[in-house]
Amino acid sequence: MAIFLDENSRVIVQGMTGSEGTKHTRRMIQSGTNIVGGVTPGKGGSDVDGIPVFNSVAEAKAATQANVSVVFVPPRFAKAAVIEAIDAAIELCVVITEGIPVHDTASFYQYSVDKKTTRIIGPNCPGIISPGKSNAGITPGDITQPGRIGLVSKSGTLTYQMMYELRDIGFSTAVGIGGDPIVGTTHIDCLAAFEADPDTDAIVMIGEIGGDAEERAAAYIAANITKPVVGYVAGFTAPEGKTMGHAGAIVSGSAGTAQAKKEALEAVGVKVGKTPSETARLMREIMQNLGQS
Amino acid sequence: MDLYEYQAKELFAKHGVPITPGIVVENVNDAASAYEQLGGKVVIKAQVKTGGRGKAGGVKVADNESDVKEKAGAILGLDIKGHTVRRVLISEASQIVEEYYVSFLLDRANRSFLAMASVEGGMDIEEVAATKPEALAKIQVDALQGCTKEKAEEIAVAAKFPAAVMDQVVAILQNLWTTLVKEDATLVEINPLAKLADGSVVALDGKMTLDDNARFRHPDHEDLVDNSNTDPLELRAHELDLNYVKLSGEVGVIGNGAGLVMSTLDVVAYAGEEFGGVKPANFLDIGGGASAEVMANGLDIILHDPEVKSVFVNVFGGITACDAVANGILQAIELLEAKGEKVTKPLICRIDGNNAIEGRRILDESGIAVVERVETMDEAARRVAEVAR
Repeated sequence: MAIFLDENSRVIVQGMTGSEGTKHTRRMIQSGTNIVGGVTPGKGGSDVDGIPVFNSVAEAKAATQANVSVVFVPPRFAKAAVIEAIDAAIELCVVITEGIPVHDTASFYQYSVDKKTTRIIGPNCPGIISPGKSNAGITPGDITQPGRIGLVSKSGTLTYQMMYELRDIGFSTAVGIGGDPIVGTTHIDCLAAFEADPDTDAIVMIGEIGGDAEERAAAYIAANITKPVVGYVAGFTAPEGKTMGHAGAIVSGSAGTAQAKKEALEAVGVKVGKTPSETARLMREIMQNLGQS
Repeated sequence: MDLYEYQAKELFAKHGVPITPGIVVENVNDAASAYEQLGGKVVIKAQVKTGGRGKAGGVKVADNESDVKEKAGAILGLDIKGHTVRRVLISEASQIVEEYYVSFLLDRANRSFLAMASVEGGMDIEEVAATKPEALAKIQVDALQGCTKEKAEEIAVAAKFPAAVMDQVVAILQNLWTTLVKEDATLVEINPLAKLADGSVVALDGKMTLDDNARFRHPDHEDLVDNSNTDPLELRAHELDLNYVKLSGEVGVIGNGAGLVMSTLDVVAYAGEEFGGVKPANFLDIGGGASAEVMANGLDIILHDPEVKSVFVNVFGGITACDAVANGILQAIELLEAKGEKVTKPLICRIDGNNAIEGRRILDESGIAVVERVETMDEAARRVAEVAR
């Protein structure tokens, strides 16, 4: 097993005929993803490397029984694309697109909540990978191997860094939830899923400055998580009021500091690494104690 | 992007939120002619993107031309929490009877929007929230349903607005919500929203934050950009489409991915503690792709920062493998030197990930003296801090 995505996932790519969409479709196939179709309005009937392109998500789903969609559509069309996926009751919609206006995200997130059929991951995220099973997004498929660590992170490259440092132990699933102020899947959603996943033994949680998602995750861990969790928070030296790359990564006043997040996690027994390497070491020790490496 | 009060008020007015008439000026002579138009008693307010203007002497009342000139002159050029006052807003002084507070903002925790309202406005609302939370009504607003008349009434009733102003406040709340949505703002705030002697309710101040991601559908917002307080290196980086933030230290930092770069800043600062408090000089994320050209543009910005003494290039090769990254670094140096800009500051490079061995070999065999390769992120941070000392 894995969380949200596995070998049975049938994936379509929204925006497959665009340059990013095509490039990453090929990469996803290389890392074992079952890509069954693509969607680009107006280009139905064509194909990319023999994979059929459809005009709409509904058409693609009817023809391919797809249950996962990966969205590479540019920001101005992203909201319509995600709403289309929700209307087609696609179970998992992974939104890679960076730069979507937050009002658009708030709208399609609310729409998914009202419809109750679709989990959204992202936007502005690297996606989700269950190594050896499926890869929905832009995570490099060849930097790690299947294993029993679960990973949830706001940041793409820190996810890759951690997967690479622990590549000998391996991962069940790694979810990049994205760095925007509103994301469809949170740290807590992933923690809950990893807790329930029999193939995950321990969890790495990577956070960064901005908002209070890590603090809320800490409270959730205290009440609900029995598996060991190791944490890392980026942005201790970030000044107040400056956005650090991710739209959501900003310290405003005393809210959203890395220090507060670290303290909240440590208060509930989560070991927090000072650097990515130290975090990887802490996880390695835990897995060794569990007899997993 | 945060707006100035006068900009926020202009957008409020555009969507039907009542404001008091005012004129923005940048010098005392224009202040005098503004007074000629307004007459009577006026308020002169510093236009800065920070709070606490009143306490800092940035808000004054005047009632004749020489008084206006003198007080505008005193406010212009004032430094308020590091912000230099370059403009003042001169508006008719109002006879305030009561002061309220209303705002709408993005609610990250609930992944929705939040309305906040209080009949105890005028003062710092965070203080009201801390000392008298029952006086601040917080009502969630659904992103799809928006602030309907019923929702506006719910907010106004929850905040206990007096019956005499209820209709006006309900209309203002709806129009303020429209401002938030139509302008793609993440915050709209009125403090104070004032009841005047004639019974009318108007916005006497305005705060607004626009979503930078939505700029593509607001060409008119370009006019609101004010770069007079922006660091020149940040401006240049912005023109090159680079994600750059100027900081105060000595170590230039360039990396791929916002999280990794934030993390790099941290490890540099930790390592810097050993070397007399060396700190990162900037945040610069060149993104996942990291082509030679983007790397060159990034290095160009960093090497032009006179405070930078050494540079930490920290790249994780994922989609772009490490050999391509290594070639990118070398090409970047060539591109710079071809422009006659000799690279003399040490570049401490750490590359890891896909094809790391080949990437490292390329750097090791380059023969470029300023390039020094270090195995891990932690060691690289130590080394870059050491050479920056």
